[in-house]
Amino acid sequence: MTLQIAESASLVSPDARARAHAAAARDSLRTEPRAVRITIIALAMIFLTVFVVLPLVVVFAQAFSKGILAYLAALAEPEALAAIKLTLLVAAISVGLNLVFGLIAAWAIAKFDFRGKTFLITLIDLPFSVSPVISGLVFVLLFGAQGYFGTWLREHDIQILFAVPGIALATTFVTFPFVARALIPLMQEQGTQEEEAAISLGASGLQTFFRVTLPNIKWGVLYGVLLCNARAMGEFGAVSVVSGHIRGETNTMPLLVEILYNEYQFVAAFAIASLLAMLALITLIAKTVLERHLNEGQDARDH
Amino acid sequence: MGLTLSWLSVIILIPLAGLFLRSLELSPEQFWNILSSRRTLNALRVSFGLAFAAACVNLVMGSIIVWALVRYRFPGRRLFDAIVDVPFALPTAVAGVALTALFAEKGWLGAPLAALGIKVAFTPVGIFVAMIFIGIPFVVRTVQPVLQDLDPEIEEAAGSLGASRWQTIIRVILPSLAPALLTGLALAFARAVGEYGSVIFIAGNLPNVSEIAPLLIVIRLSEFRYADATAIAVVMLVVSFVIIFAVNRLQRWAQSRIPER
Repeated sequence: MTLQIAESASLVSPDARARAHAAAARDSLRTEPRAVRITIIALAMIFLTVFVVLPLVVVFAQAFSKGILAYLAALAEPEALAAIKLTLLVAAISVGLNLVFGLIAAWAIAKFDFRGKTFLITLIDLPFSVSPVISGLVFVLLFGAQGYFGTWLREHDIQILFAVPGIALATTFVTFPFVARALIPLMQEQGTQEEEAAISLGASGLQTFFRVTLPNIKWGVLYGVLLCNARAMGEFGAVSVVSGHIRGETNTMPLLVEILYNEYQFVAAFAIASLLAMLALITLIAKTVLERHLNEGQDARDH
Repeated sequence: MGLTLSWLSVIILIPLAGLFLRSLELSPEQFWNILSSRRTLNALRVSFGLAFAAACVNLVMGSIIVWALVRYRFPGRRLFDAIVDVPFALPTAVAGVALTALFAEKGWLGAPLAALGIKVAFTPVGIFVAMIFIGIPFVVRTVQPVLQDLDPEIEEAAGSLGASRWQTIIRVILPSLAPALLTGLALAFARAVGEYGSVIFIAGNLPNVSEIAPLLIVIRLSEFRYADATAIAVVMLVVSFVIIFAVNRLQRWAQSRIPER
């Protein structure tokens, strides 16, 4: 960079050359010797390759280690199909619930002032910092045989634990922060002016929400849903505690990975794992695209 | 509004309150006996000790990665920037089996390490490796935006006033990054302490040696020893509260140091 400036400067006026020299001198104040630069880049690349790239590659290498036919056969197993179906169902339930309530929570926090707001934000963040195992445990304590609602549930013959409702509840708990977290800063930044204008021009509350607020935050909503969905499909610890591991019934894809792995069915385990890894990669790519949209929206407002 | 609060209470507050109520049913003596049993103490020691060590590694390596990504241009920079998020996005069970396959004695990295006499998988070292994997995005993603926004003129001023590059980094850049670095450390630590999925496959899960606290909770639950599970969970939950509180304070500290622009 500085070299190019210096070269082109020699063709131009002495004044420009002096400025280029000054720029080069300033840049040299902000950079390190070449050897240090190369060492730092190399360290960063090696670390990321060993700890992030290789585990990802291993998943696919193991999944296809017995050929593509074995891979496809593993995925066509009824147990695998049941797990895929359950995972999709649970993700749909918890993403749906968290989308609705995340929107409302973000709306309330960003557009209104009320007492206990900080407490509410802390509450929303909580599932991020609680161990997934504890997230599962709290539902066992509530709905388990010895839990607070356990007897009542048994009397009314309602099954929550070791069944789909329990899995969906635990997943919803763990993924609660994503939508709200993605929207709060966005909605705060946009302020309330546009909504106030719409209302003063005669729009109803709902009209304002759907015509003004929602279009403004659509990329943020998608971003939150994307991350929420990725976590919902991949959640392991919390689901593992509440699922009961009933084969073909309450096993989600991550749980099936564990079971197959412990049974030394490595190709099958890694085949399911590869689907989840692909989900993660697609999520990351979509996330990068969405971040570009979000930044563009921000720039447009800044200018 | 009321709807939000009631939903939040149903899905978050009531379950957590249930946990604390349950722990109150234990007498202090029972509580203490559970926590001071050898197996519980060892599990907590393994979880907290290794998580802290891993968070420290992440602090150092994360800083190096951030520096390379923000300050230098090299081929593949954007790709490496993107893959930092992989540990966030990859389901923990997948990460667990992948790390185990990688570091097992016949694995791509496990074999050369075994030749050197280092055993990773099914030892505490394996737990340490998994915790490093899971924590790295936290440090990178908290420090990266702060380093990007750092005013170049401050460094130039330090340099032109005769500070060596090393002095500038230690005396000027590092203090500006301190709140972000500590936040990253705390977040990586919190995540590693509670981590379950990516650790249990590689850990070996030998009681007193390579058994993490979340796994002990699961084991106690499967033995229907709910009191034991609850007591361990309460200790871990209190630690997460303290960490959230510390992070919030750190953020406020960071904001108070940056003048309004």
